[in-house]
Amino acid sequence: MRINQGCFSFLPDLDDTQIAAQIGYCLRQHWAVAIEFTDDPHPRNTYWSMWGLPMFDLADAAGVMHELRACREANPEHYVRVNAFDSTKGWETVRMSFIVQRPTKEPGFRLIRQETSGRNLRYTLESYAVTAATEGARYAG
Amino acid sequence: MSASDLQGLSPAAPPASDMHIDLAAEYADAGIGDVLERLERDLVGLAPVKRRVREIAALLLVDRVRQRLGLTTAAPSLHMSFTGNPGTGKTTVALRMAEILQRLGYCRRGQVVAVTRDDLVGQYIGHTAPKTKEVLKRAMGGVLFIDEAYYLYRPENEKDYGQEAIEILLQVMENQRDDLVVILAGYADRMERFFESNPGMKSRVAHHVDFPDYANAELGEIAERMLAQWNYRFDPAARLAFDEYIALRRDRPHFANARSIRNALDRMRMRQALRLFESGATVDADTLSTLSEADVRASRQFSEPSAAARRDEPEFDSELDFDPERGADRIDY
Repeated sequence: MRINQGCFSFLPDLDDTQIAAQIGYCLRQHWAVAIEFTDDPHPRNTYWSMWGLPMFDLADAAGVMHELRACREANPEHYVRVNAFDSTKGWETVRMSFIVQRPTKEPGFRLIRQETSGRNLRYTLESYAVTAATEGARYAG
Repeated sequence: MSASDLQGLSPAAPPASDMHIDLAAEYADAGIGDVLERLERDLVGLAPVKRRVREIAALLLVDRVRQRLGLTTAAPSLHMSFTGNPGTGKTTVALRMAEILQRLGYCRRGQVVAVTRDDLVGQYIGHTAPKTKEVLKRAMGGVLFIDEAYYLYRPENEKDYGQEAIEILLQVMENQRDDLVVILAGYADRMERFFESNPGMKSRVAHHVDFPDYANAELGEIAERMLAQWNYRFDPAARLAFDEYIALRRDRPHFANARSIRNALDRMRMRQALRLFESGATVDADTLSTLSEADVRASRQFSEPSAAARRDEPEFDSELDFDPERGADRIDY
């Protein structure tokens, strides 16, 4: 199941030229660009690991692309995203975030039903990737 | 050079061999004529430098045209070294160079990031690489100007972290030639020694530009231009006194060409302000913008023994790192 998170996630994956163009846009808006990665695709997992520090004062996307290549090399089969932070007073938030790498196989989520008092049910999600039991393996036995 | 001349350089028939390109139109198109003209007009003297910049610009322009005609050229190496004494216009020319490179499409943004050893080399193990990379990232798409580049290499200390910065620099200079142009600047002799001990660096720097010292007359002209820029001027007697000042100042230690002139003018403006203030008379625009002979002659250069007379005295003002005259006017709050 393809994770849809952040900008452009319903489009086909961006290639490097397109990523560089988007980063160029962020830099023109004077946003600080940061790279983050994770292997836990849960939608509530908002704090991904930072790849280095956010990059301030860049003029050109080449610097970010250089870091992005390094991050991809160090973390293959991980989710990698680019965040653009706007430090303008009143905004002070991430203005744009998009995924730039995803694992070749994304197994998706399991819906967990927990029976509680009375006949109530509590629902939660769990990623197969995280429990290391992938969708294919589940029906294999 | 016409297109048919260009053809002759390649044995294989290029795909667009019958295309004719007007170099003059190309030149006008790129808009570098305007930059070169401003370089010619705004900078006093520096004839050999201007000539070199023109040569480099012409080479890049021809290269671009060749590429369009399908004549394969290896991507030109654009890293440069600017050598010369302090205050001879290296930074100014680097700014212009960035503009030329940008107009020709060899530099995407054309910003200049000027750094020294302190910005690249860290203090602790593991501190240097992130610091250098940070600077490189900021400079990508533009020009990285490394002032006094030879300080990166300290042969007397084999554990010096400068070597690490050099290695990262070399790697990026080689692999990301499209993203970054590096200009190394500094004194000619030390730069030569730096290149000798770092052959990798030498082979990656294609253009060497040597900046000569300014002649006294050129410095006088520079002073006039600086003053005009600030809406000041010399009265005729002050102008003559300033010529004398330049001759005296040149023999003093730490003479830094145009930078010394700038500092001297700053001090003269201060003296003028104080003179006007203390005279208590009413002032008009003319008095406010005129430096008089007294403002010039109050300099220590006129009252103290010349360099030749002081030769056997202990080193004068050696604790003042840069400009020995600064001490007279320095105020510590």
